Amino acid sequence: MNSSPHMLERNFTVDPEQALDPKALRADFPALYQEVRGHPLVYLDNGATSQKPRAVIDSIRHYYERDNSNVHRGVHTLSERATLAYEGVRKKVRNFFNAASIREIVFVRGTTEAINLVAQSYGRPRFSAGDEILITEMEHHSNIVPWQLLCQQTGASLKVVPFNEAGELDLDAYHQLLGPKTRLVAVVHVSNSLGTVNPVAEMIAAAHQLEVPVLVDGAQAVAHRKVDVQALDCDFYTCSGHKLFAPTGIGVLYAKEALLADMEPYQGGGDMISRVSFEETLYNDLPYKFEAGTPNIAGVIGLGAALDYLEQLDMAAIGAHEDELLHYATTQLQALPGIRLIGTAAAKASILSFCIEGVHPHDISTILDGEGIAIRAGHHCTMPVMTHYGLSATARASFALYNNREDVDALVAGIGKVKEIFQS
Amino acid sequence: MNDMRDLYEELILDHNRNPRNYPKKPTDCNCTAHGHNPLCGDEFIVNLTVEDGVIKDIGFEGAGCAISTASASLMTEAIIGMQVEKADELFSQVRHLLTDDDENGEQQHTDKDVLGKLSVLKGVKEYPMRVKCATLAWHTMHAALLGEKDSTTE
Repeated sequence: MNSSPHMLERNFTVDPEQALDPKALRADFPALYQEVRGHPLVYLDNGATSQKPRAVIDSIRHYYERDNSNVHRGVHTLSERATLAYEGVRKKVRNFFNAASIREIVFVRGTTEAINLVAQSYGRPRFSAGDEILITEMEHHSNIVPWQLLCQQTGASLKVVPFNEAGELDLDAYHQLLGPKTRLVAVVHVSNSLGTVNPVAEMIAAAHQLEVPVLVDGAQAVAHRKVDVQALDCDFYTCSGHKLFAPTGIGVLYAKEALLADMEPYQGGGDMISRVSFEETLYNDLPYKFEAGTPNIAGVIGLGAALDYLEQLDMAAIGAHEDELLHYATTQLQALPGIRLIGTAAAKASILSFCIEGVHPHDISTILDGEGIAIRAGHHCTMPVMTHYGLSATARASFALYNNREDVDALVAGIGKVKEIFQS
Repeated sequence: MNDMRDLYEELILDHNRNPRNYPKKPTDCNCTAHGHNPLCGDEFIVNLTVEDGVIKDIGFEGAGCAISTASASLMTEAIIGMQVEKADELFSQVRHLLTDDDENGEQQHTDKDVLGKLSVLKGVKEYPMRVKCATLAWHTMHAALLGEKDSTTE
């Protein structure tokens, strides 16, 4: 495969080993300290979900033991505490992504709900037959199916930017497909099955030349690099808390205020209104217009604790450490015979998909599990990517800030066991 | 390592490397179904020739993991020449072997004499996420005999 010197998008400006001590950080993640099938756990399935630091677990416990109450409603002390904590996290999210205002931060269940919200609240009232939605061949199903549903509802059509053998988007094709009929571009920031870091800033700038808004699916990006929504100038940015060391069931939709102000509500219910009568309902201010019903308060508080945890580290140091680890793992796996790496883009982050000749990825995963090593095997909710490579599945190791070279060495030894069993 | 050998026994590895009755569609095939496990992408087509309630011939096509491929291959060897009802009974026995339960969740005991070589699949029981791999071809065979075109283990 291509082992370009530009393998890593970012230059090392700091010594990653000095900037971050992943072995010390492991102590913050209780779930990492257990044995699986008689071996110490080696957790390399962070692309599916990350483990949670003790601070996140404690914050949820504290909320339920002390502050549990509904938000935005009561005037009693517990409700006040819960509301302050909940809205405090909105400020943390605004800071974390450098959004212009807290009115641009909508709490949702996760990336999937954020994309569905944009499709239904932004796209559905605006799009019609002849309009085009531009996505890419490497999108997660959650950035394909909501647009297909929208196309069925409005008569709009879906256009797809292809990628090359290395897993890099064909930008010439992107510029050709982007045209007067394009109403929205939806693109993944970091591919969950290939690891490709897409040039989203460049793609956004090109779309804005034609006044086309851009949604960036950041699910796989936010735990690995600093995301500045104003620098990117994206119109929508979506992510899930659980890939960012926060609980499941909580995520964020960032959207530019002018767009949100003009969008219809996604769901109707309590909290999203300012006045209701049977004749007419006035909607609440931003962002509450998009947060119907009692929200996932504990999830939001856990997300806040996760962001606090990341803020006291350094996203640049985390990214540099993971890039170094990915480079090490890539080099190790390339040296093994019978291994095919899937996704060899020049700019990659944190994801290493591979196949072993003659062994199905599910058998790889089961045998690695026998060694205490957790990886993902399957199509990774990116069936079009599998089709591109003529595969039904890949094995995928994905890294987080607490992984280290010993984890990669365990993976390499585990792959040795896979081959031993299947070559006997 | 030893417990992995309980799952990946030599007989399973052999049937994965050299699947029997594969790829095969008997020329006089009159029952066929397509089976799919959406979780992992395993896909098989099971083709049978049934005459007078007896499975005269059987073959399968498609691709999957070692467990699903070996189970499919072993199945074709086990049920060729068998009466349709007996093949269904054998499927029940395989299911009991893999889960201890019947289709209603009642605990059952398996009959090693009836299972024969198929007993090699017993190691899969320790890996609940893989049970669907081992039963995919069996569900597909069952669907084919019922005249259903598609089967899924999801």
